[in-house]
Amino acid sequence: MNALLALSRLIDRINERIGRTVMWLVLVAVAVSAINAIVRKVFNMSSNAFLEAQWYMFSAIFLLCSAYTLQRNEHIRIDVIAGKLSKRAQTWIDILGTIFFLTPMALLIMVLSWKVFTMSYISNEVSTNAGGLPIWPARVLVPIGFFLLLLQGLSELIKRFAFLKGLIPDPTEKVLSKSAEDELAEAIRQARGEVA
Amino acid sequence: MTAFIIANMAPLMFAALVVVLLLGYPVAFALAAVGIGFGLLGIEFGLLQPTLFQALPERLWGVMSNDTLLAIPFFTFMGLILERSGMAEDLLDTIGQLFGPIRGGLAYAVIFVGALLAATTGVVAASVISMGLISLPIMLRYGYDRRLASGVIAASGTLAQIIPPSLVLIIMADQLGKSVGDMYAGAFIPGFVLTGLYVGYVLLVTIFKPDRAPALPAEARTLLEPDGSHGTRSLMALTVLSVVAALAYEFWYYAGKESPLDEKIVITMSVGIGFAFGAALVNRVLKLGLLSKLAERVVFVLIPPLALIFLVLGTIFLGIATPTEGGAMGAMGALIMAFARRRLSFSLLKQALDTTAKLTAFVVFILVGARVFSLTFYGVNGHVWVEHLLSGLPGGQIGFLIVVNVLVFLLAFFLDFFELSFIVVPLLGPVAEKLGIDLIWFGVLLGVNMQTSFMHPPFGFALFYLRSVAPAKEYVDKLTGKLMAPVTTMQIYWGAVPFVIIQVIMVGLVILFPQMVMVYKDDAPTVDPSTIQIEVPFDQAAPDRGGTDFDAKPGDGKDGAAPAKEENYNPFADSPAPTPAPGAAPDAAPGAAPAGGAPPK
Repeated sequence: MNALLALSRLIDRINERIGRTVMWLVLVAVAVSAINAIVRKVFNMSSNAFLEAQWYMFSAIFLLCSAYTLQRNEHIRIDVIAGKLSKRAQTWIDILGTIFFLTPMALLIMVLSWKVFTMSYISNEVSTNAGGLPIWPARVLVPIGFFLLLLQGLSELIKRFAFLKGLIPDPTEKVLSKSAEDELAEAIRQARGEVA
Repeated sequence: MTAFIIANMAPLMFAALVVVLLLGYPVAFALAAVGIGFGLLGIEFGLLQPTLFQALPERLWGVMSNDTLLAIPFFTFMGLILERSGMAEDLLDTIGQLFGPIRGGLAYAVIFVGALLAATTGVVAASVISMGLISLPIMLRYGYDRRLASGVIAASGTLAQIIPPSLVLIIMADQLGKSVGDMYAGAFIPGFVLTGLYVGYVLLVTIFKPDRAPALPAEARTLLEPDGSHGTRSLMALTVLSVVAALAYEFWYYAGKESPLDEKIVITMSVGIGFAFGAALVNRVLKLGLLSKLAERVVFVLIPPLALIFLVLGTIFLGIATPTEGGAMGAMGALIMAFARRRLSFSLLKQALDTTAKLTAFVVFILVGARVFSLTFYGVNGHVWVEHLLSGLPGGQIGFLIVVNVLVFLLAFFLDFFELSFIVVPLLGPVAEKLGIDLIWFGVLLGVNMQTSFMHPPFGFALFYLRSVAPAKEYVDKLTGKLMAPVTTMQIYWGAVPFVIIQVIMVGLVILFPQMVMVYKDDAPTVDPSTIQIEVPFDQAAPDRGGTDFDAKPGDGKDGAAPAKEENYNPFADSPAPTPAPGAAPDAAPGAAPAGGAPPK
């Protein structure tokens, strides 16, 4: 079990590192998009490469950060009923969900999209738009994203079993970082001199 | 047994989805798993072709190459930076001072600031938290009814959902295959009418139960003139002058010109605001002393939000930027503003990026899950089943709208708007279209309705955030030193009820008066369509592009570009549909067995 937990920690670290790196693409995409709009208006020129780069970045953000989001337990759930169940029951739902929902789905999409990527890479597929970008860099994001998701699923499984055995504290507890809402409330309180 | 399953595949699939979602496993993965599970079953029974899943990578590609969805991270990031820039605090303080002295004034201030924040960018949680921390203690101090105070704060925060630029409207436009610009234009009047209804409710309360929303006493005012007057007269004079200046400009500049209405509005308003700002600036720099402190302060706090509104909505309506680019410009504006106010730190930036990336991932993954689900669901003719259920309703359009709205209202107790828009809306859209319902009207209607999902006790998010910042225990008021009673959770719940009712009334009004939404059709194109062709020569026939590339066109909010969009109406189609006729039945999913082809009449 210790080896497995070490593996889980390694996966968590990898996905966190990837998520915390890829998030900067949000800022890059904002800049590219805003500049593109201004340049188009002012100089009356536009580039398809810029437009395509924007959604490449968008794809990278959601595909590569999905595993990180799973790790932080932030993929939304409907907890009307599940929220009332015991912690053990919720953990079992997560275990079964990871095995029967997440894993087959991620495996299937990973395998299928890998094929599409290799075809695109071999044929050197390029966007049909004038001045467009090569397509394979966007294609490869899909299998990578779903592979990371699979890895994270494995890590979550290990953590859930370890929790059931009482080896680690509840992995879904949000001790990792404060939410943006908490930080906002704290900042306003501080500015008003009511340090909470 | 097998025969029963084959005959009822679609209803069974839907039932399975409900059960699986209620298990509480992340929605995105549960959706996809149900799609794949039933896909395998369908292939096993010969209902679907074994190649069904080959279409999955293309479905994903359609989500990836969707420029409209790019607005999700942009507006989220903008909101996260903006909420920490201190703009909301300044607004609440100043507008509270301005309106405070009249009965119900603080409540009006909250509504006004809520609407203004909503028009910069919509983050419900941020508005509610700011108001809960800044306005609520003042309202409690001066004896506001606790239910009214919390209700008005929660409701005003949710205005962010319906007043453009809001994520709900972007996603709704995307899911219904319409342009975001049209959706924004259509939502404007309903957004203002709704704000007006909130104001009307507070007015009624002050008339019939004046003690629930008292005026602030004289000692609560801090922005006074040296002689002790309030300086409101000076502000009124400045307002009148600015309006006159704006109208004069409009009269002079547009004399004899044919210009689209939205351009006129944007330009005229900008001139008026610019005039007020210029006057206040000159007054301050030259120390003329012509304006009261209050007037000057009001002008200066209103400038940042109004500038941002121009940067985002102004550029969209003028056709300079697409809604996505509008979001990017707004994000840049918010960054610059936060930086100028020394509120932008590296850790704040990182946190905003982190939150944005995770939100984008979970939102888009719900869509990915929904697309995997719909691949199978369409394959087994689920859309035909839904259409059958809904188009047989008595009362035609109105009957359909009433049933759908009741349904969405009830679902909103359990589902939030992302889930509703990705799972429910794509099923309803085609039926609405067939009944001849304008999809912008339909989208705005559902948007107003889904706003209640934030206010429904006990799960409404706005109530949850208000609870997190409202005093839960007895506390000592900082100013008066008095011991104050806490705000109970039941007070917050009951406070929301009148506003949920207002929301329902508003849904009724939008059904009865579609003209409120239909004004979007009056907009003439502001970008010459010929220039679009040169600037963004997208190849319509590109076989592997998603269906929403056309969003990249500047000014696609205008009728000029709308027909191009129309072509891609089928919300489930990945590649541009070869049969573009609007109103045509959505094509069966790729890979569907030929047996399940044409939907019945």
